[in-house]
Amino acid sequence: MNINDTRISDRPITSDLFKPNLAKRYNLDRVFAFFAWGATTIAVAILAWLLITILIDGIGTLNWNFIDSFASRKAERAGIKAALAGTLWVMGVVAVFSFPLGVGAGIFLEEFSEDNWFTRLVEINISNLAGVPSIIYGLLGLAAFVRILGPITGGRSVLAGGLTLVLLILPVIIVSTREALRTVPDGIRAAGFALGATRWQVIWNHILPAAMPGILTGMILSLSRAIGETAPLLAIGAASFIAFTPNGLQSSFTALPIQIYDWVGRPKKEFHDLAASGIIVLMTVLLLMNAGAIYLRNRFQQTR
Amino acid sequence: MTVQSPTTQSQSLWRPNRDRSRLIQSVVKFICGAFAAVSIVTTLGIVATLLFETISFLQEVPIWQFLTDRKWTPLFASKEFGIFVLVSATVMISVISILVAMPLGLLAAICLSEYATPRTRKILKPVLEVLAGVPTVVYGYFALLTVTPFLQTFLPNLKGFNSISAGLVLGVMITPLVASLSEDAIYSVPQRLRDGAYALGTTKRETIVSVVLPAALSGIVSSLILAVSRAVGETMIVTLAAGANPTLGLNPLVPVMTMTAFIVQVTKGDAVHGSIAYQTLFAVGTTLFLITLALNIFSFWFVRRFREKYD
Amino acid sequence: MTQTAGAMTAHKIAFQAEKLSVSYGSTMAVKDVFLDIPQNQIVAFIGPSGCGKSTVLRCFNRMNDLIPSAKVEGRITFKGQDIYDKRVDAVELRRRVGMVFQRPNPFPKSIYQNIAFGARINGYQGDMDELVERSLRDAALWDEVKDKLKASGLSLSGGQQQRLCIARAIAIEPEVILMDEPCSALDPISTLRVEELMQELKQKYTIVIVTHNMQQASRTSDYTAFYNAKATDQGGKMGYLVEYDRTEVIFQQPAQQSTQEYVSGRFG
Repeated sequence: MNINDTRISDRPITSDLFKPNLAKRYNLDRVFAFFAWGATTIAVAILAWLLITILIDGIGTLNWNFIDSFASRKAERAGIKAALAGTLWVMGVVAVFSFPLGVGAGIFLEEFSEDNWFTRLVEINISNLAGVPSIIYGLLGLAAFVRILGPITGGRSVLAGGLTLVLLILPVIIVSTREALRTVPDGIRAAGFALGATRWQVIWNHILPAAMPGILTGMILSLSRAIGETAPLLAIGAASFIAFTPNGLQSSFTALPIQIYDWVGRPKKEFHDLAASGIIVLMTVLLLMNAGAIYLRNRFQQTR
Repeated sequence: MTVQSPTTQSQSLWRPNRDRSRLIQSVVKFICGAFAAVSIVTTLGIVATLLFETISFLQEVPIWQFLTDRKWTPLFASKEFGIFVLVSATVMISVISILVAMPLGLLAAICLSEYATPRTRKILKPVLEVLAGVPTVVYGYFALLTVTPFLQTFLPNLKGFNSISAGLVLGVMITPLVASLSEDAIYSVPQRLRDGAYALGTTKRETIVSVVLPAALSGIVSSLILAVSRAVGETMIVTLAAGANPTLGLNPLVPVMTMTAFIVQVTKGDAVHGSIAYQTLFAVGTTLFLITLALNIFSFWFVRRFREKYD
Repeated sequence: MTQTAGAMTAHKIAFQAEKLSVSYGSTMAVKDVFLDIPQNQIVAFIGPSGCGKSTVLRCFNRMNDLIPSAKVEGRITFKGQDIYDKRVDAVELRRRVGMVFQRPNPFPKSIYQNIAFGARINGYQGDMDELVERSLRDAALWDEVKDKLKASGLSLSGGQQQRLCIARAIAIEPEVILMDEPCSALDPISTLRVEELMQELKQKYTIVIVTHNMQQASRTSDYTAFYNAKATDQGGKMGYLVEYDRTEVIFQQPAQQSTQEYVSGRFG
C-alpha cells in the first residue's frame, strides 16, 4: 500500500471506481417495499378472515334467549347466562384485588423505592413473571387457592379463579402504573416538596390525580386480558356445565371463555355456532373495554 | 419542631402535624412495599408448588425414565413417562408458528415504521394492539373449525386434529406481538442514523436493511424470543386444534399432544391430590416453566449484550 | 437581492442557488436565497437559530426530500446541472455530495464497516482495505484506531466518532462535504482537530459548514454567508440571506448593519 506522508492522500478523486448500479438497486427496493406491504396486508387479511368467519357463524344464534339461558344439552336451548354471570363475578374479584395491589406496588417502585436489594429483586421478579405461561399460574392457583386455601376459597370457586387471574395480571398493572407515574413531570413533585409536603402527601394530592387516567387505562387493558384467559381457569378446574349463576365468592362457576371452549370441543355443528355467538359477545365486551382505554389515553394525551 | 419560626405570630397560626404526616407516610410505604412483595411471593409460590409435586413425582418415576422413555401414557395401566413426546409436539408447533410470525411480523413492523404514512401508522398500531389481545380460545375456534377444513381441501391426508393448523394459527396469533414490539424497536432508532446512511447515497431499502435493522436488533430479537416463549406456553389453540394423542415424531398432519394440552387434559379430569396423575401434572408444568424461563433469561442476556446505547 | 461575492469569479463554481425558497407545510423556512459556492473553498453559514442556514445546507444533497412536508422552490445547480431536475437521482447526488451531521452518528457496526458500508453499497471496485485506511488517514483518525478496526464505532469518544463520520463521508469520494454544525457536540480540543482537518480537506473537497460559532467561521472559512430571521405575519420565523462575501469582509467591514451587529456579538 502506498500511503505517503502528507496527511491528505494525493490521489485525485476518481469516481470511475464507483459503479452504483442504481437501476438494479431500485428494483430491489421495489421488491422489498412490495413484500413489506404484502406482509402487512396478509396479516390484516387473515385477521379479518377470522373475525368475519366468527361473525357469520355466530350471528344466527345470537339473540336474547342466548344471553338469558343456561347451558343445556340441547343446542337450541343453550345460552351463556351462567358463563356471563361467572365472568362478571370473577372480574369483580380481579378488579377489587388487583387495583390496590398493582397501584400500591407501582407507587412503591416508582416513588418510594430506594436502590436496594429489595427493589431490584422485585423488578427482576416482575419482568420474569410477565414471561411465565398463563397455564403455570393455573397450576399455582390449583395448588394454592383450590387445595391449600380451599377452606377459605371454597375450592374451585369464584374467589379461587379471581385470585389466580389477579396474580396473572399483576405484573402488567404494575408496569403500566409505573409508566403512568413516570409521565407526571418532576416539576409537580418538586413544587410539592418545596411547600413542605411529605412524599406521601405529594403523591396522594398531586401525582396520583395526574397519573390516574394512565393508571386506569392500564387497568382496563389488564382486565381485558384477564377476561379472555381460559387456560388458568381450566387448570384450576372451573366447571363447564353449570346451570346457576354464582351466589357468592365461594360459589362454583363457569366463565365465558370456558363455555366457548366447551362448545368448540363438541362434535355437533350447532354447538360450534353457539361458540361463535359466545365469541361475539366476548369480543364485543373486549372491544368496548379497549375503546374505553383508548378514549381515556387520547384525552389524557391532549390535556398533557 | 427544632427550627424556630421567625415570629411568634406565625407560630400560633401554623401548626403542621409533622409527626402524624410522617407516621402516615411510614405506614403507607410499608403497605405499598408489602404489595410489591406479592410479586416475590407469587414467584416463590410457583417455584414451591412446582418443585414440591415434582419431587414427589421423581420419587415414583426415575428422572432418566422421564427423559428417555419413548411413550407418554401416565394415565393408562402400563405407565410410561417420556416427556420428550410432549416436548417434541410443543417444539414442532412452536417452530411452525415462528416460521409464520417472524416474516409476517417483522415485515409488517418495517412497513408500519418506515413505509406507512404517520396517519396509517396511527390507525394500524392500536389495531395491532387490540388484535394482540384477542383471547386465545377464539384462535382455537378458528384453527379447529376454519383453518383445518380449509387445509383439508389441499391436504386430503390431514387429520381433524393436527400440528399444522395449530402451528399456523398460533403463528397468526403471535404475529401482532412480534409486529408491535419490533415496530417499537425499529421506530425508536434515531433519525440521525437514517440521515447518516442516506447522506452516503443509499436507497431506502439499503438504509433499512443495513443500518436501521442492525440498530434495532436487540429489540427485534427479544420480541421474537418473547413470541416463541408465548407459543411454547400457549394452551387453547393447541388443546383445541392439535389434539390429545401423545405421539412421537415430526409429522405435522396427525394429532399430537403438547405439554399444555396434557395439563388441560388432566385438570379437566379432576385428578386426585397425591395421585401419580396429579404429580405428573406438576412435572410437566416444571418442564414448561424451565423452558420458558431459559428463553426469558436468554432474551435478557441478549438485550443487555447487544443493546446499542443512543443518548 | 443577489448576493455574489466580488472575488468569486476567481474560482470555479460548485453550487449555484437561485431564488431558493424552502417551506415545511405552510410555514416558509427560508426565502429567496441567491448564492454561489466556489470549488475547493470553505464556505461558512452563520446566523441566529431559525434563520434557515441548515435548511439551505440540506438542499445541496436533497436531504429535505426525506421530509414529506418539505417543499423546495427556485433552482440549485451543481456544476451547471439542476439538481432538482426530475432526471437527477437524489441517491446518486448524495454519493457526490457528502454530509457530516450535528451529532456524531456512527452506525452500530465496526469501525471498518462504518467506512466500507457506503463504498460497498455504491459498488466500489477498488481495494476496500486500502480505501478504509486512506479514508481514516485523511480524517486524521488512522493512528488512533488502526489496532481496533473491528471495534464498534460507538466505542469511540465523541470527537473520534465525528472524525469517523468524516472518514465515512470521504470514503465514497464525494466532491463536496456539507457539515451541519459538526463541532457543536464536541469539546474544544476535538473541535480544533476537526478544524485543522477541514483545512487539509480543502485541497480536495469543497466544504460548506453551518456553524453557530463565529470564531470558528472566521478561523476556518474563506467565504461567509450571514443569514437572519424575521417574524412573519403568521407569528413564525422566516430566514433569509443577509450578506455573503469573503470572510474577512463579513467580519471586518460588512455592508449591512445587522451583519455588523451579529458578528460583534450584539445579538444572536
